[in-house]
Amino acid sequence: MEKIVFEQTKGLTDIPMRYCPGCGHGVVHRLVAECFMELGVQEKTIGIGPVGCSVFADEYFNCDMIQGAHGRGPAIATGIKRCLPDRLVFSYQGDGDLASIGAAEMLHSAMRSENITIIFINNAIYGMTGGQMAPTTLLGMKSTTSPSGRTVAANGYPIRVCELLSAMDGPIYLERVSVDKPAAVVKTKKAIKRAFEYQLEGRGFTLVEILSQCPTDWHMTPLQSIERIRKEMIPYFPLGIYREPEDDKRSKPKKAAVKEEA
Amino acid sequence: MSERTLMKGNEAVAEGAVRAGCRFFAGYPITPQNEIPEYMSWRLPEEGGTFIQAESEVAAINMLFGASSVGTRVMTSSSSPGISLKQEGISYCAAAELPIFYTNVVRGGPGLGNIAPSQGDYFQATRGGGHGDYRVIAFAPKTVEEMANFPRICYELAFKYRIPTMILADGILGQMMEPVTFDFEPIDPSTFETPHWALRGSKPEERRVIKSYDLRPGKMEQWNFRLEKKYDEIREKEPRYEAVNVEDADIILTGYGTAARVCESAMALGRNDGLKIGFIRPITLWPFPKSIFQELGDRIEKFFVVEMSLGQYVEDVRLSLNGRSEVYLHKRPAGGIPTGEEVLELTRKILSGDKLKLVA
Repeated sequence: MEKIVFEQTKGLTDIPMRYCPGCGHGVVHRLVAECFMELGVQEKTIGIGPVGCSVFADEYFNCDMIQGAHGRGPAIATGIKRCLPDRLVFSYQGDGDLASIGAAEMLHSAMRSENITIIFINNAIYGMTGGQMAPTTLLGMKSTTSPSGRTVAANGYPIRVCELLSAMDGPIYLERVSVDKPAAVVKTKKAIKRAFEYQLEGRGFTLVEILSQCPTDWHMTPLQSIERIRKEMIPYFPLGIYREPEDDKRSKPKKAAVKEEA
Repeated sequence: MSERTLMKGNEAVAEGAVRAGCRFFAGYPITPQNEIPEYMSWRLPEEGGTFIQAESEVAAINMLFGASSVGTRVMTSSSSPGISLKQEGISYCAAAELPIFYTNVVRGGPGLGNIAPSQGDYFQATRGGGHGDYRVIAFAPKTVEEMANFPRICYELAFKYRIPTMILADGILGQMMEPVTFDFEPIDPSTFETPHWALRGSKPEERRVIKSYDLRPGKMEQWNFRLEKKYDEIREKEPRYEAVNVEDADIILTGYGTAARVCESAMALGRNDGLKIGFIRPITLWPFPKSIFQELGDRIEKFFVVEMSLGQYVEDVRLSLNGRSEVYLHKRPAGGIPTGEEVLELTRKILSGDKLKLVA
């Protein structure tokens, strides 16, 4: 007898996604949608779409959606959540949106420990606008605005968002994950679900950073871009839990985390 | 009806908003409007509302974008440079048709300028202010009592037309104290029906989306024409003005807000001396009360505009009159405050045939 082992989540609409082949956005969209479906909160979820490649998120997530100004997702989420505290509110943002133009909103929503979840896609590039340097572009990495590669002298250092926020008292849960292999995808889903659970418990600010590949603007094949995640991105942006509640510690001792990075 | 109390303009507009159902305020400190967020910080929690001191003007307007998207009556306030920072967000609200309400307690500009009263933000208030083709409904109170009572009208129009509405005040109106009587009973927003467009979390088949973009060919043009239809209806139905002593007038003095009061005092002084001076002031700066100017322009030869800016308001007067009358201008920008005597003196000169500062 046939048995369904996998089907598309009803947390996504039927509209075909416009993401490039090999891009990580589609996978993360599915994970976010699966999480709010499995938590049974589709009808009380409100998502915020960013400006960037995922600007069309309002078409893909099968829940109430609002698309806001570049970088302002955390402020918009703050406004929604303060008025409707029992809803699940997530802000989906890329690296330029969150860590560059929206850095103030990121820091201050974390400082206030707004009871919201930020889904942060870090692919180290401005994709939608055609491959310009992002705040997370690695040293030496070429982009259309750092054509010879990012240098400290000209562009400074890449921003590590989880490390930055972990210096603050406000965040409840911060984890950096990736989507470069099936096991990592499973782990990413667990992280998103955990963030949503904390929000539904009213604990405060949660953020999941996902290292994601951009074959198009990295000028690589999907396989090469996965290699870059492993060989270049993860060493600079170590995976792991950067903040978790004292009463719900699940991270392994530091050693294990280091092992995984390697 | 409430009892008559003495209030400061900034507190009056805040209390007026709360009584009109405002339950969310986000703002950032800037002089001369600080009493508004200060008042809201204790007053809104009393009503179960939310006050947030935002990290920036930009964050504040985007908090409003979020809070109004769920149907809440929201408010922010600032003064000139801060309102400039908010313009991108206001443009988004206009496109997404979110009914926000805000107040600009104008100070001297450009740049950091000063903290003195000014009317230098007239173009910004009446031409949309941010990027793209849009308008906001702009009210110009002239008294503290109007500061108190206009927020209710602003919310009603904001929700009726799904459009941002604002009060354009200045440092004098914000800082001075006057007696106030509220002309409406406090409104309990929990009795409101949730607007059909508001995000609440919903069944998939009823899911709602609020956004300000459409990249499909031709669609954004259609979107703009849909907005224009609404703007045309507002232009037709919502202009408000006050006209005094226009029946026998040889000259009309006109200004808005604080400048309107200066015109009124010049008119009173002049009438005592037998000068036939009339007065009009727009109460809504957008939509502009064009028709009263046209009507009077057909029979009155001279219009004298007084504004605390460098010839902004005068443009709407001239556009409305469209060549019907001579238009004179007295301008005092960035903290210059004309007096009734000063304006009367100039009025006498104009009446005696002096072409002084005639706007070509």
